[in-house]
Amino acid sequence: MESLLNRYRSITVLLLVIFAQLVLIAVQVKNDQDVRMIRVWTVTAVTPVARIVEGLRSGSTGLLRSYVLLRDTNQKNRRLLAELDRLKLENTFLRSELNRADRGQALAVFQSHTPSKTVAATIIGIGAGANSKVVFVDRGTVSGVERGMAVVTPDGIVGKVIAAYPVTSEVLLITDPDFAAGVISQKGQVRGTLKGQGAPTCKVDYVPFEEKVEPGEWFFTSGDDRIFPRGFPVGVVKAVRSAQPFKEILVEPSGFDRGLEDVLILIEGVHQAVPDTPPGNQPVYIAPPPPVPATPPADVQPVPKSGPVGTEADKLRAHYKAIGDAQGHTFGVGLPGSKPPDFNLTPPPAAGPGAAGPGAAGPPAVGPGAGGRGPGQAPPGGSSQR
Amino acid sequence: MTYPGGRILLSSQREGQVSRFRAWVLLAVPLAAILFQIYVPLFFQFLGFLEMPLLVVVYFALMRRSQVSGLLVGALVGLAQDSLSKNPLGMLGIVKTLVGYFAASVGMRLDVDQVFLRLVLAFFFYVFHQFFYWVLVRALLTQQLAFEMQKWLVLGLLNAAVGVSLFHFLDKLRERS
Repeated sequence: MESLLNRYRSITVLLLVIFAQLVLIAVQVKNDQDVRMIRVWTVTAVTPVARIVEGLRSGSTGLLRSYVLLRDTNQKNRRLLAELDRLKLENTFLRSELNRADRGQALAVFQSHTPSKTVAATIIGIGAGANSKVVFVDRGTVSGVERGMAVVTPDGIVGKVIAAYPVTSEVLLITDPDFAAGVISQKGQVRGTLKGQGAPTCKVDYVPFEEKVEPGEWFFTSGDDRIFPRGFPVGVVKAVRSAQPFKEILVEPSGFDRGLEDVLILIEGVHQAVPDTPPGNQPVYIAPPPPVPATPPADVQPVPKSGPVGTEADKLRAHYKAIGDAQGHTFGVGLPGSKPPDFNLTPPPAAGPGAAGPGAAGPPAVGPGAGGRGPGQAPPGGSSQR
Repeated sequence: MTYPGGRILLSSQREGQVSRFRAWVLLAVPLAAILFQIYVPLFFQFLGFLEMPLLVVVYFALMRRSQVSGLLVGALVGLAQDSLSKNPLGMLGIVKTLVGYFAASVGMRLDVDQVFLRLVLAFFFYVFHQFFYWVLVRALLTQQLAFEMQKWLVLGLLNAAVGVSLFHFLDKLRERS
């Protein structure tokens, strides 16, 4: 027997195991119950490992993802920085273009309004030399530019042409130490000579110390130098110091206010009057008001000046009053039991436009036998005469 | 490790060399296979076709060349799978018990170290597993499970291909004699 079992040991174990599982299945199916214990064992054995694996996975995935995202962020950051730089450049370019357009427009307006004949020019370079305030413009003798001509902007004078070439000209700016021009103050009509200092400000020389010049006052060209026509703004006084024998007056040039890129060269200068007010405080032109039409437009309905307007009660009151008036009845004077007016009668049409409006728009006129309320029926809004 | 002459069929059961594994391998590898099956398809759905517990059962049964050991491994792994599924306990247990038993029986007579034989056996036992499970479900639970032989054949090939690689990896966990 023992040898038999040993010989068929494997198949015996197989049958036993399968039989046991069949019984297990049979129990579960028949009782419709689960063998919870075995499942709990398995789940208890498997899920902690699964949790650890999930923790490792999520951690590593999070790290990897963060790293990848970080790399992406870095790349994105670089790309955005590059884009920001590009946009900054573009913005600067557009601002420059806008400024240029403004300047161009101002030049065009100035050119069209000034009586002097001008040639627009663009500054294409600056002269060599540390203290030199010289620029080159893209207009030369071909355009009619000659040595000694004045160079201005709508805001003020800029300099003068010191050399004219066929297609370019060399302009000495008013801030150059070698520059000089005759100027006159706006208020006191004090004359002097504008001189450059190699600095952003210029000085007005040869103004006697007894003359009155105050900071904030404007200087205009006097036309005495035969270069700049009279009446072009030069600049505003920044400081005035009393000295012997001449005052020390510092002027901030106004011609450079919008930058120095486009200028006008005065081919034929025309003298103008020095304005009474500073350029910045000149009166603003205000157009006259539009003409008032004599008659109102046809589609505008006139507002009635009289007549009942307001609520529905007002309209109703006016309607009954018209009925009472048509029948010679005065409301509130009759005794109780007296004959009331016939409210079914249509009131006569009002004579004036004011009386016709709301009354006509009130309750429709209803004749006897036309339906609606019959004779003797109480009127809406009240059943007794007051 | 192949037998001299490249023979597939062994002349006797004693000629077959029994592979031994450490206890932790016998415990950890089936657990990892079950974990793989319940966990990996959550993130990689296309890997749901892999029947890793079956491949592990086949491997251990083949390599240990012991029918009792094979059927016990199959029964335990099958029951564990049943515990983690909605099936009544024992459905996959019976199927894998049979797979373990037959795989061990085959392993006692064939040189299961050969790659091609492993491929064929993995394919065969996958199809057998699926077919017998279908039979059990219909017979014991009276459920109508689709008979998808073509799908089983294709998936059997894929599992066999993966199984060969898995067996190669598990070979490294064997104790050296």
